[in-house]
Amino acid sequence: MNTARINLLAIEDDPQIQRFLLAALEAHGYALEIAATGKEGLRLATLQQPDIIIVDLGLPDISGLDVISRLREWYTRPIVVLSARSRESDKVAALDQGADDYLTKPFGIGELLARLRVAQRHSAERADDKTQARIEIGTLVIDLAARRVQRDGSDVHLTPIEYRVLAALARHRGKVLTHRQLLRDVWGASHVESPHYLRIYMRALRQKIEAEPARPRYLLTEVGVGYRLADA
Amino acid sequence: MPNSNPNQRPDPDALLARVREEEARGQRGRLKIFFGAAPGVGKSYAMLEAARRIKGEGTDVIVGYVELHGRPDTEALLAGLEILPPQHLEHRGVTLAEFDLDAALQRKPAVIVVDELAHSNHPGARHPKRWMDIEELLHAGIDVHTTVNVQHLESLNDVIAQITGVQVRETVPDKVFDSANEVELVDLPPDELLQRLQEGKVYIEEKVQHALASFFRKGNLIALRQLALRATADRVDSTMREYRDRHAIQNTWPAGERVLVCVGPDPLSARLVRSARRLATALHADWLAVYVETPALVRLSRQARDRVLQTLKLAESLGAETANLSGESVASELLAFARQRNVSKIIVGKPARGRWHDRLKPSLVDEIVRGSGDIDVFVITGEQGAENVAPPRLPGRSSELPAYLRSLAVVAAITLLCALLNRHVERTNLVMLYLLGTVLVATRFGRGPSVLAAVLSVTLFDFLFVPPIHSFAVADAQYLITFAVMLTTGLIISNLAARGRRQASVARQRERRTSELYALSRELAQSRDLVELGSILVRHVLASIEGEAVVLLADADGRVQDPTHFCARGVAPVNLSRYPVPGNDLGIAQWAYDHRQKAGHNTDTLGSADAIYLPLNALRRCIGVLGLRAKEPRQIEIPEQMHLLESFVNQAAVAMERVQLVESAQAASMEVESEKLRSLLLSSISHDFRTPLASIIGMASTLLDGASASLGEERRRNLLQSLLDEAQRLHRLVDNLLDLTRLSSGTVRLKREWAAMDELVGAVLTRYRDALAGTNVTVDVPANLPLVLCDEVMIGQVLGNLVENAQKHAPGSAIRIAVSLQPGAIAVSVRDEGPGLTPGTEHRVFEKFQRGNDEGAQSGFGLGLTICKAILEAHDGSIQALNPPGGGAEFRFTLPLSAAPAGQAAQE
Repeated sequence: MNTARINLLAIEDDPQIQRFLLAALEAHGYALEIAATGKEGLRLATLQQPDIIIVDLGLPDISGLDVISRLREWYTRPIVVLSARSRESDKVAALDQGADDYLTKPFGIGELLARLRVAQRHSAERADDKTQARIEIGTLVIDLAARRVQRDGSDVHLTPIEYRVLAALARHRGKVLTHRQLLRDVWGASHVESPHYLRIYMRALRQKIEAEPARPRYLLTEVGVGYRLADA
Repeated sequence: MPNSNPNQRPDPDALLARVREEEARGQRGRLKIFFGAAPGVGKSYAMLEAARRIKGEGTDVIVGYVELHGRPDTEALLAGLEILPPQHLEHRGVTLAEFDLDAALQRKPAVIVVDELAHSNHPGARHPKRWMDIEELLHAGIDVHTTVNVQHLESLNDVIAQITGVQVRETVPDKVFDSANEVELVDLPPDELLQRLQEGKVYIEEKVQHALASFFRKGNLIALRQLALRATADRVDSTMREYRDRHAIQNTWPAGERVLVCVGPDPLSARLVRSARRLATALHADWLAVYVETPALVRLSRQARDRVLQTLKLAESLGAETANLSGESVASELLAFARQRNVSKIIVGKPARGRWHDRLKPSLVDEIVRGSGDIDVFVITGEQGAENVAPPRLPGRSSELPAYLRSLAVVAAITLLCALLNRHVERTNLVMLYLLGTVLVATRFGRGPSVLAAVLSVTLFDFLFVPPIHSFAVADAQYLITFAVMLTTGLIISNLAARGRRQASVARQRERRTSELYALSRELAQSRDLVELGSILVRHVLASIEGEAVVLLADADGRVQDPTHFCARGVAPVNLSRYPVPGNDLGIAQWAYDHRQKAGHNTDTLGSADAIYLPLNALRRCIGVLGLRAKEPRQIEIPEQMHLLESFVNQAAVAMERVQLVESAQAASMEVESEKLRSLLLSSISHDFRTPLASIIGMASTLLDGASASLGEERRRNLLQSLLDEAQRLHRLVDNLLDLTRLSSGTVRLKREWAAMDELVGAVLTRYRDALAGTNVTVDVPANLPLVLCDEVMIGQVLGNLVENAQKHAPGSAIRIAVSLQPGAIAVSVRDEGPGLTPGTEHRVFEKFQRGNDEGAQSGFGLGLTICKAILEAHDGSIQALNPPGGGAEFRFTLPLSAAPAGQAAQE
C-alpha cells in the first residue's frame, strides 16, 4: 500500500452506500470525502483536488453525466462511475463523456479496489507522461515500443489493424474501452458507427493470442459496453 | 275476471312486449292530449288551467309554446307560469317565431305545455312537424301536454274533407294520438261554439276566414263532434282492452286478423290506405300495404312512381307494414303474398272503367275475388275515375325510334329474300320467313317494333306475293285465313317476347340487389378490423348509389367522430373519408346516433339536409353513423333502394359489433390474465423474498449480538459468507423481477447490433467464473460463425440464465455449451447431466412461476426461463426444453440469421 494517502471524493447520495464506502476505503488506507449532491460534489472537487472521483450516475439534483462533463472541463485525474445494472447505455455515455471506468451496483469491495488500483496506475502514468512500453499479462507480452506481441515465448503475427486494436487496449490496460472509443482510436472518427468491424478483429485477435478463444483470458468482453484487456 | 286456467294465460311474447313497453314508458315522458272537435272549443284554456293546477301541486311545469290569438281570458291564465322564449328563425328575410326544442330539452322541466300538436314547423327548425319535436321531448323523459283537433288526425283526414269540403293539410299520424297516455276531450255543444264564434271569441286567421266560414256550419260541427267523441271512445276502448289483457282477462277477440291493402299509382290509393287503417284499427289488426310491380307498371311515368312511393310512405306513417312485390299478375302475386302472411281481409279499389273493357279482360277486382278463397275482399270506391291514372306510357319514346327503323329494315330484308325465293318455294314458306322476322324483332326490340313488323309483314305479303300481285285484293279467300293466322301469331309472339324481356329485367334487378347484399356480407365476414369494415360498407354503398359516403364511428364518450379524428388517433383512415362532413351535418349524425334513427335527407328529422345519416344499429348498441350524399337525391327516396341501404347498414353494424365484442372479450381475458399474474406474483414475492431476508436479518443480528465474540473466527466468517450469498440471491431475484416487468410491459426496446455468439459465450463464462469454479464446463463453438443481429445484453442474459439454471438444477454436473449453424439460424444449446426435466413438463417450464420440480429444494423465482422466452420471442427466435437421450436437461434456443453487414470481411 502506498504510504501517501490517496484522496478520494465520492459523489453519492445513498447513506448506506456512503457508510459502506467510508468503512471499506478508510480500512484500505484511502482518505474519503463524501458529497451527497452533484453540486456539492463539484464544489468539493475544486476545493480539494482529489486524486480520484467516484460518481454515482443517479444523483438527486443534477445527473451524474452532467457532473462528469463539467468535471472534465478542468479535472484530468480518474473518474470512476457507479451505476445500476441494465443501464448499459448510461455506462457507455459516461465512458464517452470521459469517465475512466465503471462499476455496476451492487458491487463487492474487491471489485471496487481493483478499479481504483487501475485508475491510480493510469493516473500515475499520465502524470509521468510515459506509458509502460512493455506490458506483461500472464504469458502474454506486448512490446509497444517494438510493436511486438509474444505468447508463451513465441511471436504472434498480427495484421496492422489487429495490432492497433490490441495496442489501444494495452495502453488502457485494465480499463474498459467503449466500442466507440476503440473504433475512433483504430479506424478514425468516420467509422464509429460500424461496431461489427470490431467483432471480426476481436475474434481474429482472440484466435491468435488466447489459448481458448471461447473462454478468453486476456481480451475480456463487457457486454453492451466495450472491451477490456485483463490487468493481471 | 281472473282466470286460473293456465291455458288462458297471456301469450309470453305479448307479455314481454308489454314489459318492454312499460320500461320504455318508464323512461319516456307521458303525453297528454287535450282533444277537441273544432277550433274554439277551449282546448288551450283547459290545458293552461290544468298546467296551473299541477303547478299549484308543486310540479315543475313550463309553457313551451302557446298560441294566444289575443284571447284575454287565456292570456290571464299564463300569469305566474314560466314561459320558454321562442326561437326566431330567419326565412327569406322574414323572422318567424317557433317553439325552441333545444332550449326545452336543456331546461328539462317535469312537464311542458306545447300547443298545437299538428303545427308544421317553419323551415330551419330541426323537425318539419311539431309532433316530432314532442316525440323528442317525450323521448328525453319530459311529460308533454298538448292540444289537437279531430280534423288533424291522419286517418280521419279524408272523411272530414268529405264532410266539410275543407282539406286540412296539417295532419298528425294516428300513432302519436294512439300512444298518448291520456286524452282529455274538451267538448262544447255546437250551438255554444257558434255563439262564441259570433261573439268573436274564436280566433280565425284573416286569410282563411272565407274558407272557414263554410267549415263552421252547424251540420259540420255536429259531424266533427261525433267523430271526436268516437275517436275518444275508441281510445277508451283500447285502453280498456289493454287493461283486460294485462290482467289476463281473456275474451272473444278474434285473433290473427290481418288486413292487406293493395295500392297502385292512382290517387285513389291514398284513400284506400286510410280506409284500411280505419278497418285495421276497428279490428285491432295488423295491416299491410302492398304495391305489386308488374311489367306494365315498370314503364310508369316518374310522377306516377312518386305517387306510389308517397302512398306507401303514408301507409308506413299510419302504422302499416309495407312491401313491394313484383310479378306478372297483380292478383296472383297479391293473393300469394296474402296467404303467406295469413291475411284475412284484402282491400282493393273499385275500378272505374267501361263495361266493354270488363268484358274483354277481367278486372283486378274480379281476379282477386275469384282467387281469394276464404279471404274477405273489400272493394272501396274511388272519388275519381281510373281515367285519372296516368296512361302507362313508355318513357323516352324517341329513344326507341332506331328500334322501329331496325324493325323496318328486318321486314325489308325478309321481303327481299322472299322476292328472290318466290319462284322456287311455296308461298306458305314465305309466310314462315315473315313470322321468323317478327320473332326476331320481338326478341330484340320489344313489343312496339314487333307489332309494326307483324302488320307490315302481312301487308307486304299480301301486296307483293299473293295474287293478284301489287294489289291488296285477294283472289283466293283461303289467304284471308293465312293473313289472320299470320297477324295473330305475330302479335302473340311479340307480346310473349316483350313480356319475357321485362320479366328478365325485373329479375335482373332483384338478382342484382341480392347479389350485392351477398357480396357485402361475404366481405364483411372476412374482416376483423373496424376501420376496414367501415370502408367495405362505404365501397358497397357507393357501388349501388352514386355519390359520396362516409362512416363516422362513435368514440368511447358516444360522440360520433369525423374520420380526421381517427387519423389523429393513429387509426388508418382507409378510404373512410370520402367527403368532409360539415359541422352541421356532424350534428345531424350525432342526432341519428343518439336516437338510433335515420336523419337528414328524406327523413323526418332535418329533412332539408342534402345528406342522409343512417345509424349503424347493432344488436346491443349503435356503432356509429353512415353518411351518404347521393349525387341524385331521388335515388335514396326509392323505398327499395332505401331498404337495400338499410340492409347494408344493418349487416355492417352487426359485423362491426362482432369485431368490437371480440376486442373487448380479448381485453377482458387479458385483464383476468394479468390479475391472476399479479396475485401469483404477490404470493411468490412474499415467499421468495422472505427466505433470504430472514437469513440476512438472522445472521446480521447474530454478528451484532454482544455474545458474538464467543463464536470463533471460522464461525464468524461462515456467517458472513452466508450473509453475502443470501444478499446476492436476493439481488438476482430483484433483477429477474425487474427484467420480467420490463419485458412484459412492452417498454423494452431491442438495441440490435451485430454480435458474435462465441464472444457472448465467453463473456458469460467470465461473468460466472466464480460461481462456476469447480464445474466442468465444455464449450463447442465452430470457427467463423457469422455475426448475429441481436441485442447482445439480452441474449447474454439468456445464456447466463441458462447456465445458472443448469448449475442450480444439476449441482456438480458437467455443463456443455454448444453453438451450431442451421439453415438461416444459429442455435445455442446448454446441457447438463442432472436429473432432467419431469417428462411432459418440457414446455411448461417457460410459463411464469414454473420450476422444473415444484417441491425442489432450490428456491428462486421460476422467472428466469420466462424471461428467456420473452427475449427470444422479441428477437423472432425460439427456445425449447428437452430431455436429450443420454440423460440430463437441454435448453436450446435459435436466433434468425440476417444478411451480413457490408464490409464484414474487410481484412487488409
